[in-house]
Amino acid sequence: MSVTAAERWIRPAKQQSALVRLFDNKAFLIIACLLPAIGLLGVFLTYPLGLGVWLAFTDTTIGRRGVFVGLENFEFLFEDPIFWNAVFYSVFYTSVATVGKFALGLWLALLLNNHLPMKSLLRAIILLPWIVPTVLSAIAFWWIYDPQFSIISWVLIETGIRETNVDFINTAWPARWSLIAANIWRGIPFVAISLLAGLQTISPSLYEAAMLDGASAWQRFRYVTFPMLLPILAIVMTFSIIFTFTDFQLVYAITRGGPVNSTHLLATLAFQRGIPGGQLGEGAAIAVSMIPFLVFATLFSYFALARRKWQQGESND
Amino acid sequence: MTDATLAENHAESTKTAPPERLSWDSGARRMVVLWLPLCCFLLILLFPFYWMTVTAFKPNAELYDFGRHNPFWITSPTLDHIYKLLFETAYPSWLFTTMSVAIGATFLSLLSSTLAAYAIQRLRFRGSQYVGLAIYLAYLVPPSILFIPLATTIVQFGLFDSPIALILVYPTFLVPFCTWLLIGYFKSIPYELEECALIDGATRLQILRQITLPLAIPGLISAGIFSFTLSWNEFIYALAFIQSSENKTVPVAILTELVTGDVYQWGALMAGALLGSLPVAIFYSFFVDYYVSSLTGAVKE
Repeated sequence: MSVTAAERWIRPAKQQSALVRLFDNKAFLIIACLLPAIGLLGVFLTYPLGLGVWLAFTDTTIGRRGVFVGLENFEFLFEDPIFWNAVFYSVFYTSVATVGKFALGLWLALLLNNHLPMKSLLRAIILLPWIVPTVLSAIAFWWIYDPQFSIISWVLIETGIRETNVDFINTAWPARWSLIAANIWRGIPFVAISLLAGLQTISPSLYEAAMLDGASAWQRFRYVTFPMLLPILAIVMTFSIIFTFTDFQLVYAITRGGPVNSTHLLATLAFQRGIPGGQLGEGAAIAVSMIPFLVFATLFSYFALARRKWQQGESND
Repeated sequence: MTDATLAENHAESTKTAPPERLSWDSGARRMVVLWLPLCCFLLILLFPFYWMTVTAFKPNAELYDFGRHNPFWITSPTLDHIYKLLFETAYPSWLFTTMSVAIGATFLSLLSSTLAAYAIQRLRFRGSQYVGLAIYLAYLVPPSILFIPLATTIVQFGLFDSPIALILVYPTFLVPFCTWLLIGYFKSIPYELEECALIDGATRLQILRQITLPLAIPGLISAGIFSFTLSWNEFIYALAFIQSSENKTVPVAILTELVTGDVYQWGALMAGALLGSLPVAIFYSFFVDYYVSSLTGAVKE
């Protein structure tokens, strides 16, 4: 490169204004770049999180600043059978729905991992339940579960399996199972598509080697597919557990916690007490009581499943 | 598909083919093990949408009379429910609110997460990976824990019942995801390109605008689509922060405004659910591949 050419390149840099030079200062640039994201998250995430914990120890109601009342909210909740019912159903809902989602999702992912025509179209269609607003598909389920005009009841009666309409959401246990079914329906696509991505990273040579060693289809799944899938399974499961445990939309749209508060999750109970009920302090206490469960579930699913990765001697990212 | 032809060939000569390939590829077995369950999955996953559509176009007489009309089909389709939804409710204004909230929140979160991802991945500084981790952890905080204190914060800011509150709040779950996604994309862009530009005398902002961003466009599109669909679908914040009917977003409005009294207008409800799902489904169908890659990419990171 000739000297004149170099000069021509440098000269415009010298004519830059002070503002441009300020933006070329690395420290300033780092702060300027991080500011919007950190600012938004700080004001609307970290601050409310702390405020939520504080509110849980006050008797704030809508329109009135509360005073510190110590553990009173929690003592009240401890005696409240509706709260304990919500705790029970949240745990039950999360565990059954997670097992269902992952069993069916893994099966679907294994099916999709075969050579199929129109693979991308198929994948797009399968993701639909995940794309559509949950509340709107929940309304569709509400209609499917209608006591009088349920299409499932109609089919069962027409085919002679049952004589009367199925009672989906008007008594406690059927309502609980119906909500879990709707949640599984919504969760399968996400699990299947993420696990499919994991499956596609497994090298075919591993399967060839296993085949040469005479491994059966089950053995190939058990000793090749499953261990290779564990890291991604751990992450997907952590997310799934967190967002199932704190689910709100499905229950709110289909049963609103009824019949007789039997299907309240902690999130719907917190909403009911906090916003329409006006007891912000009590609602916040219910919301805060979700945090230990979440931390425990996250640690459990993450470490229980990701442990395998360390044992194999891989670095943990 | 070589496999399909192989399978057909083998189906005839079942007994002579080598046992391992054969048991796996025979047509009948493939049918039972692969196609049958796959069709069941598709049927179950799509049935609620079919049922939604069928109900939306059924006249009330057919809707509540399964005895004389096969419920799976429509004998005399009608646009009554759609008409009622569009012209007798505030649906157009709900649609407009949702659209502007989704676009505003997407724009805001794309802007801030692009800058943050660039700072974390490219302007390496001490502790940059901890900032990245903190942003990632923010994604694990679910909205159900935050909505009560956020409601009081929104009231303090005087933004209660205003769509602007939603535009400001949605980035709390969009920014962590987008930042994480974009960090992955920036990682895949060779650092040498930026070094060349630095040597040529470009400022860092010029590098970001003229070199890094154009190369990260697929990532930006993925993040944008993800943000748009997530903001469209968001429910709990919109339910808690918006009171007046005309400011509601579509998902909230369908549930709270169309469910009146004890008699549910199922036709109108399903029409609402259908029309509320369609925009996001159409939008999604244009960018499926980006969407899938962002979903799987984020999980793999």
